[in-house]
Amino acid sequence: MFRFPAEGKSDISLVLCGAAGQGVQTVEEILVESLKKAGFHVFASREYMSRVRGGNNSTEIRVSSERVRAFVDRIDILLPLNGGVRQNIRKRISSGTLILGDGEELRDEFAETEGTFQNVPLIEKGQESGGPVYTGVVAAGLISGLLGIDPDVPGGFLREKFSSRSDEVVNNNLSALEKGMELARHFIGSGKILVEIPRKERPSGEIMINGSDAVSLGALAGGCDFISSYPMSPATGVLSFMARHARSAGVAVEQAEDEIAAINMALGASYGGARSMVSTSGGGLSLMSEGVSLAGITELPVVLHIGQRPGPATGMATRTEQADLNLAVFCGHGDIPRAVFAPGSIERAFSLSQVAFNLADEFQVPVFVLTDQYFLDSFYNVPIFDISGLRVERHLVEARPGYRRYEDAESGVSPRSVPGYGEELVGTDSHEHDEVGHVQEDSDLRTRMVDKRLRKRNGILEKVIPPVLAGPDHYRNLVVTWGSMYHIVEEALASAGLEDTAHLHYDQVYPLHPDTFTYLERAEKVVAVEGNATGQFADLVRRETGFLIEDRVLWYSGLQISVETVTERLLEKLRQEE
Amino acid sequence: MDHRIYDLEGIDIQWCPGCGDFQIMEALKKALAGLDLPPEKVVLFSGIGQAAKLPHFMKGHFFNGLHGRSISNATGMKVANREMTVIAIGGDGDMYGEGGNHFIHTIRRNPDITNLVHNNMVYGLTKGQASPTSPVGFKTPVQVDGVFSEPFNPVAVAVALGASFVARAFSGNVEQTTGVIKRAISHRGYALVDIFQPCVSFNKVNTFSWFKKNTFDLPADHDPSDRKAAMVRALEGPPYPVGVIFESTGRDTFEDSMGCYFSDDTPLFRREYRPERIKDLLVSLQ
Repeated sequence: MFRFPAEGKSDISLVLCGAAGQGVQTVEEILVESLKKAGFHVFASREYMSRVRGGNNSTEIRVSSERVRAFVDRIDILLPLNGGVRQNIRKRISSGTLILGDGEELRDEFAETEGTFQNVPLIEKGQESGGPVYTGVVAAGLISGLLGIDPDVPGGFLREKFSSRSDEVVNNNLSALEKGMELARHFIGSGKILVEIPRKERPSGEIMINGSDAVSLGALAGGCDFISSYPMSPATGVLSFMARHARSAGVAVEQAEDEIAAINMALGASYGGARSMVSTSGGGLSLMSEGVSLAGITELPVVLHIGQRPGPATGMATRTEQADLNLAVFCGHGDIPRAVFAPGSIERAFSLSQVAFNLADEFQVPVFVLTDQYFLDSFYNVPIFDISGLRVERHLVEARPGYRRYEDAESGVSPRSVPGYGEELVGTDSHEHDEVGHVQEDSDLRTRMVDKRLRKRNGILEKVIPPVLAGPDHYRNLVVTWGSMYHIVEEALASAGLEDTAHLHYDQVYPLHPDTFTYLERAEKVVAVEGNATGQFADLVRRETGFLIEDRVLWYSGLQISVETVTERLLEKLRQEE
Repeated sequence: MDHRIYDLEGIDIQWCPGCGDFQIMEALKKALAGLDLPPEKVVLFSGIGQAAKLPHFMKGHFFNGLHGRSISNATGMKVANREMTVIAIGGDGDMYGEGGNHFIHTIRRNPDITNLVHNNMVYGLTKGQASPTSPVGFKTPVQVDGVFSEPFNPVAVAVALGASFVARAFSGNVEQTTGVIKRAISHRGYALVDIFQPCVSFNKVNTFSWFKKNTFDLPADHDPSDRKAAMVRALEGPPYPVGVIFESTGRDTFEDSMGCYFSDDTPLFRREYRPERIKDLLVSLQ
């Protein structure tokens, strides 16, 4: 008999997999929506191949009575819709894994794994409901039934989803769902499977949202009214979100011919007074680098969302990595003040994407929001974002007679106006320029202007988001993370039982918070956990503080590092001297 | 309006004496004055090259950006504020070489901007290398055996892409160039004016007298609304026809199609923040 959650766990990890175009996504949608409505805490994360049809993609769904926000290797229930399950899934099958699948399709595919295969006639039941296309809905019914979900919840979802289709389609879906639930009743009734997730606090009124939508909503909350980008995985979701809501939210959205045009349109719009952004990945940012440099000298605000994926070059288009930190911090020729955010949670993705627009306008600099494929494609339930008190700070002045766009202000922040706001002219130049914006080859002026621009760093530093410290105040070990690694390490530390270890997480990676050195030197041992091959953040810390973090847990397989792997590696690093 | 309203005092104009850029700037000032557009209504965009220095030599808002990217900057500006007259200025290298991809796609977008291209068939700023419009066989310090590649035909490309306004002018005829630029600015949508000009320092082949000999006015019976006839004219030369080769009216502009203007005409920078626009979205996610 299989009893879930497994011993010592408070959640069930369910993995769905199948070929692209085979409906895994529909099953995922039904389950995620239903589980959330049923009052569970839910985490879902996708990994997929760079192809439109075929292959084998998977979604991990964790269902829990506690908040759950990180990717684990453990698979409690595996639900393969097709044969050809890939190695990255197969090697995660353990003796605790129950594989529910159709023997007709899968045959002996799992014979040599440690998992227990349970044949379920998904295809036959799908066929009975109207055709093989309903197999996925049968599977969704099976899982919903096992988890004891009220049939009206997924039923209602299916009715709504297919409301524009014929009655036949709706009825076939409902029939498939019911057949799946009937299979579940059979398993439960025969005592083969028992699922009991205690429901402590029901997350009512929460929203289920992924990183991509959180960044997009944050941008809208920040007053974004212009986005131009070139589609590039995994950052395209932000562009399509904006396109979907362009009219209601009042946003200009354009798919540019290339990333060079995208950043230059955004800067032209910014010069005209728009709150503009671009969304791209590392390869696109490489192309935009000259535009970042242009933003530097023209002092035009712009927000760049960078969804990281493995590089160099095309790398792995649909996979994940944290290896574009160096690019974000250093891209663009010349000395350029900037800020780089790397949100570790959905809430932070929303709030920092909002803040990014105000910061960009206040200091007239490029502001980066650095995410990655894992983060963008992962969902979990969060309390609805609080938007009361959010403000759009434009920091614009009217150009009155005598106005000088690049006046040598003490803070380095010159008064920004835009064409048409006031009677005076507003000029800007990619060359070194005088206070009015005209090109001048004058070495004294050049020095003054560089100094003026770089003085803005002081103001940016004053506003830097402090790192989050979790764990004991008097720690012996300190684990340092940034960006999407936050919840993975949080859960790993909770399960490792390392009581003398604290976790220091950075949601803003540049400029580095001034207290960094103090946090680091208090520890006997510091370990950085990063999703790249060299420890780019650890290197940045050394460059900025002189502190060398020698111990690094680095991961760059293209797949997200799991809670278990982090736990294991941290235990190796931190327990070895005992 | 007197075109001298556009003059900038006390500046050092860096063009060579006899450069066609002077006449083009004069024509531009006269065209703007003729349309009663004061400098504070006009935004001049440019990239890199001798022509691209123009915004530093006359009055107007100006954005002198990167090499080849000015029409992308100009497009963004026009979307942000439709009330401004937006003009993107550059040379043949800037617009057709470095910015070739943006040239193609800006035409497809049809923003209401005027694109003036000073076409002297050579690189001036970098001292005499071939440009995309240099004739085959044109010898330079880099193209030592003469240009091998076929010259770029901007007028034919623009007509082929369905540019809503395509014209050619010659800097030597300021009056005619003024008239063409006026029509280009008045045109609602993307307007290309490819302007032949001599480079007195680096092009000893396509000189003032060469252009004079190799251009002629479009005949009065040319119908600019006839795209096929326009294409025939675009492929003609030398000698090259000068005037408005193609114009189609009534097409929507890029900026008008943007979601931000669906229910609000205000320039973006003047808008009040509306938190309710995301409140509804958040509620719909519950």
